[in-house]
Amino acid sequence: MREITYLEAIREAMSEQMRENPDVYIMGEDIGIYGGGFGVTRGMYEEFGGERVRNTPISEAAISGAAIGSAITGMRPIFELQFSDFITIALDNIVNQAGKIRYMYGGKAQIPLVMRTPSGSGTGAAAQHSQSLENITAHIPGLKVIQPATAYDAKGLLHSAIEDNNPVMFYEHKLCYKTSSDVPEGKYLIPIGVADIKREGTDISIVATGIMVHKALEAAEILAKDGINIEVVDPRTLVPLDKETIIKSVIKTGKAIIVTEAVKRSGFSAELASVIAESESFDFLDAPIIRLAGKEIPIPYQPELEKLAVPQVDDIVAAARNMMKKN
Amino acid sequence: MTQSIENHAGLDDEKLQEIYQTMWTIRYFDEKVDQFFAKGMIHGTTHLAVGQEASAAGSGAVLKKTDWITATHRGHGHTIAKGTDVKPMMAELFGRQTGTNKGKGGSMHIAELANGNLGANAIVGGGYAIATGAALTSKMRNEGKVALAYAGDGSTNEGSFHESLNLASIWDLPVVFFIENNFYGMSGPVVEMMNIPHISDRAASYGIPGITINGNDIIEVINATYDAVERARRGEGPTLIEALTYRWKGHSKSDAKKYRTKEEEKEWKTNKDPIKLARKRFIDAGVFTEEKADELQNSARLSIEEAVKFAEESPITDISELYTDVYSD
Repeated sequence: MREITYLEAIREAMSEQMRENPDVYIMGEDIGIYGGGFGVTRGMYEEFGGERVRNTPISEAAISGAAIGSAITGMRPIFELQFSDFITIALDNIVNQAGKIRYMYGGKAQIPLVMRTPSGSGTGAAAQHSQSLENITAHIPGLKVIQPATAYDAKGLLHSAIEDNNPVMFYEHKLCYKTSSDVPEGKYLIPIGVADIKREGTDISIVATGIMVHKALEAAEILAKDGINIEVVDPRTLVPLDKETIIKSVIKTGKAIIVTEAVKRSGFSAELASVIAESESFDFLDAPIIRLAGKEIPIPYQPELEKLAVPQVDDIVAAARNMMKKN
Repeated sequence: MTQSIENHAGLDDEKLQEIYQTMWTIRYFDEKVDQFFAKGMIHGTTHLAVGQEASAAGSGAVLKKTDWITATHRGHGHTIAKGTDVKPMMAELFGRQTGTNKGKGGSMHIAELANGNLGANAIVGGGYAIATGAALTSKMRNEGKVALAYAGDGSTNEGSFHESLNLASIWDLPVVFFIENNFYGMSGPVVEMMNIPHISDRAASYGIPGITINGNDIIEVINATYDAVERARRGEGPTLIEALTYRWKGHSKSDAKKYRTKEEEKEWKTNKDPIKLARKRFIDAGVFTEEKADELQNSARLSIEEAVKFAEESPITDISELYTDVYSD
């Protein structure tokens, strides 16, 4: 199998879908000749033209609403939000329209759209271009939320997202774009709502999302040298959430560390901790659940401060060692 | 086929009679709803379009069944004019399983996609971008359909209005933005909320035609909407229509109407009632006789009584529906 980057995997999934289905199209700011803020759509304008790779004005409210209007009338739009921070501008349509229309209409409508957006810190872009706001949409009934960590997952999950008949929020971590993995050519579907054990282990379950999956795997390698055997669980999709895989892992290891980049307070890490605490795995815990997540601050610009704002490999290693010491 | 009143849409007398009946259907529907609210038989809130019948009936009449609309929170009239049966509409307000939305939407969310209605919207300005997107579908698939977004004056101060008009304009989308200017955004007088004389002046900023019409003159509404719809169908892009009208009732059931005078209300009710004006004009022109006018009015009244009976006899939405329809398969 060939290795391609996360960014290329996303572009491949969109292109394959667009070749297969004329109803699929993409719109967003600077996605045409420019190729998108991060280059995800590079080359797509040349292949599909401006009618299907639609460059939009800087109008997040109109783009998100038009995506809904076009989805409800039969198309399968993908809209690229240039930075996930800008979701607040599109949020009225996402929350008040996309997530609710099907229910409000008694099931007589469907909104097959995908909102793709780069999120997360680590690029020095500071507070308004670095947030992890996936929890906002995970809170809203009617939406599905995907947060892939690897190129393989990104492609398979994006294919599924585009073929899904619901509004799907697809969060791409900027630092994942350049990571690569083995990715098959052609279409394959990873079901939405199935977690993946990224590394099997017996001592501690680390449930990590997005970029934190990579950090957890790196930490696991370091900890392995200490003889600590880490299992890394990647939910991959926040909504629907594969609770079963997480619970099973915690029953096996008896310890859970949760690692997310989003701010800890009211973040998705709290949801993951609750899933464990409310389940039968609670009886198997031999230490309190640890949550490593973003500090309760906006993301700072200065590189050293930026690193301190979100969990790093060393934090995970330290937490795991500490957890093992106590037992 | 007789055509006693010239109009751009070429509507004959039979069609004009239907439109007249539709105006009465809208009025009786909302007056009945008003009574039921007062009696506590319908819960939630409601926004009545009594006094605004011509703008809905006239614009709805020039659309095809396959065209799309987005309605507003004051959307009963738009929905009736687009062709939705008043029985499931009333059942929706009663929270019945037979309602347009299975009783899950209520007054502010009535939708019927099969009839081209993409739904009423309780978010002010929520329909602009959705209609723009529907028009985009029509254009990309070459379907020849037009989308018409109904909206109120207050919504033209929302970002979604400006962004949608701009997007629709640069992409030449087949969409008509139809503003019902009833002079008050809830309690906010339109003159205090914007500093230009006409909402239609805003069209110039987006390079599209803008027109202000008497929204209580049924023929003027038909003509302006027809011209805009045909322009859209020809691929020439959107139009902004501002229809001046007046809501007789308050914004919603909680409204004591302290922001306007009794004299003003009386003037609109006495001299500018769109139904009264239509009746006189149609009789004078020979579209129908006095007797026929009464007959059409009576048919409308009866249809609302039947709708109420249908709603009352329908089962309430089953509790098993609580968790259905959140996600599509």
